[in-house]
Amino acid sequence: MSPPVLSVQNLAKVFGSVKAVDGVSFHVSPGEIVGLLGPNGAGKTTTINMVLGVLAPTAGRIAIQGVDLRDNRSAALSGTNFAAVYAPLPGNLTVEQNLRVFGMIYDVANLTGRIEELLSTYDLAKFRSIKAGVLSSGEQTRLGLAKAMLNRPRLLLLDEPTASIDPSAARDIRAGIAGFVESGHCGVLWTSHNMYEVEAVCDRVLFLSHGKIVLEGDPKTLPGEHGSETLDDLFVTVAHEALGQGGSA
Amino acid sequence: MNRSRISAVVLRILYLYRGSPQRVFPIFIWVAVDILLWGFLTRYLNSVSRAEVNFVPALLGAVLLWDFLTRVMQGVTMAFFEDVWTRNFLNFFATPLRISEYLTGLIIAAVGASALSLVVMVLFARAAFGLSFLAYGAALAPFIMVLFVTGIALGVFAAALGLRLGPASEWLIWPIPMIVSPFAGVFYPLAVLPGWMRAIAAILPPSYVFEGMRAVVSGEPAPWNKLAFGGGLALAYLVLACLMFAAVYRTAIRTGLIARYSAETVS
Repeated sequence: MSPPVLSVQNLAKVFGSVKAVDGVSFHVSPGEIVGLLGPNGAGKTTTINMVLGVLAPTAGRIAIQGVDLRDNRSAALSGTNFAAVYAPLPGNLTVEQNLRVFGMIYDVANLTGRIEELLSTYDLAKFRSIKAGVLSSGEQTRLGLAKAMLNRPRLLLLDEPTASIDPSAARDIRAGIAGFVESGHCGVLWTSHNMYEVEAVCDRVLFLSHGKIVLEGDPKTLPGEHGSETLDDLFVTVAHEALGQGGSA
Repeated sequence: MNRSRISAVVLRILYLYRGSPQRVFPIFIWVAVDILLWGFLTRYLNSVSRAEVNFVPALLGAVLLWDFLTRVMQGVTMAFFEDVWTRNFLNFFATPLRISEYLTGLIIAAVGASALSLVVMVLFARAAFGLSFLAYGAALAPFIMVLFVTGIALGVFAAALGLRLGPASEWLIWPIPMIVSPFAGVFYPLAVLPGWMRAIAAILPPSYVFEGMRAVVSGEPAPWNKLAFGGGLALAYLVLACLMFAAVYRTAIRTGLIARYSAETVS
């Protein structure tokens, strides 16, 4: 079995008196898409931010491809990339300029060729000279995904990756990412509130509530194991339990 | 440090200048306005003054050098604030980019813009008012270098303030050169200042530059020892400013500020 591309052990983040993430451990293997689910405030984005190195954990360890993020942040993140709806690329650069700048940050070999490839894959070629800020939200999401694939990441973090995209484009993008992952090259940590998408794409899901993993398993069998008909129903049940406990993270 | 990542930061700024005349315009226009304003003032002072003082190099030269320092500082700070305004921190800092590479990129971009500005101001001052910095030859280079390092240090310090205090800190940052100038003796000898202001001037590198330039203009030998001390101070401030930026960045990583950076999340 291949070593995990992401290994998270006893991860915790405390903001004042609030435990946003509370002793979370999980891993993502190469060729695997892991869904990180949970109601708003469960700790999903906090977890992703810690894996991205932009938020220091209070406790715990994160290793990307076996490299400890705290000890060697730059090396650990060189094989990582991400796309998130709340992190649009600079709107005052064109599509192509954005891809070139971020490609250079990731030191991508044959960058011009890689940019052309991604412009074609994400149907952005006609927008190459358009400033990112004037693209529609769906086009900006596609640009964010193109940026996320620039360095052919070993670990890909996707926070609501198909938000703002029409169903047809979203299906194409899911298929593209799934195809990329099937090569066994990459592992994905995927957050979404679209349970249909999660069920279609993810090999395994982790349910977060109050900063803790409360459920873990195959999204196709997990609902039945916990008395719910669908993943959507299970999500609602977990979310209501979270509200019942009155916490927020 | 990785050259490709530093080049990426520089290229980002270059793209912004290339695609935006409104960013290029201020590099020249404010310099030109200052030269015109102070050029005519010095010409008028020369015509009414009985003293055998040529105000052109004394005042106009001082204005140009102070403008240069301000341009260098603004070059670093503006490059940083481009990332503030586009909320780009998460995109940049969730990559292998190191803080040292980011700062180096900002500084190189600022060097380019301020060097261009310096060339324009020197040529314009010579054409319009006959002020020739070339007459002072290579001796001028150390003076400019001290101002240059000071400008970078102020720029990095201002960027650290911006990262710590948020976008609203612009109100504090842009007036920094104006606040420093009365203590630096840009337009008058430090001897005219009260004791407490001279004490502050003693720890400001530009004060050594302007005192030295006044000595050179009046035909005295350049006070190299004092200028070297000013240069040492400027380098020390640059190191301190970089350390401060790194410390603020570490705090921002600990508190989550980088991930949530916006006007609303920063007090």
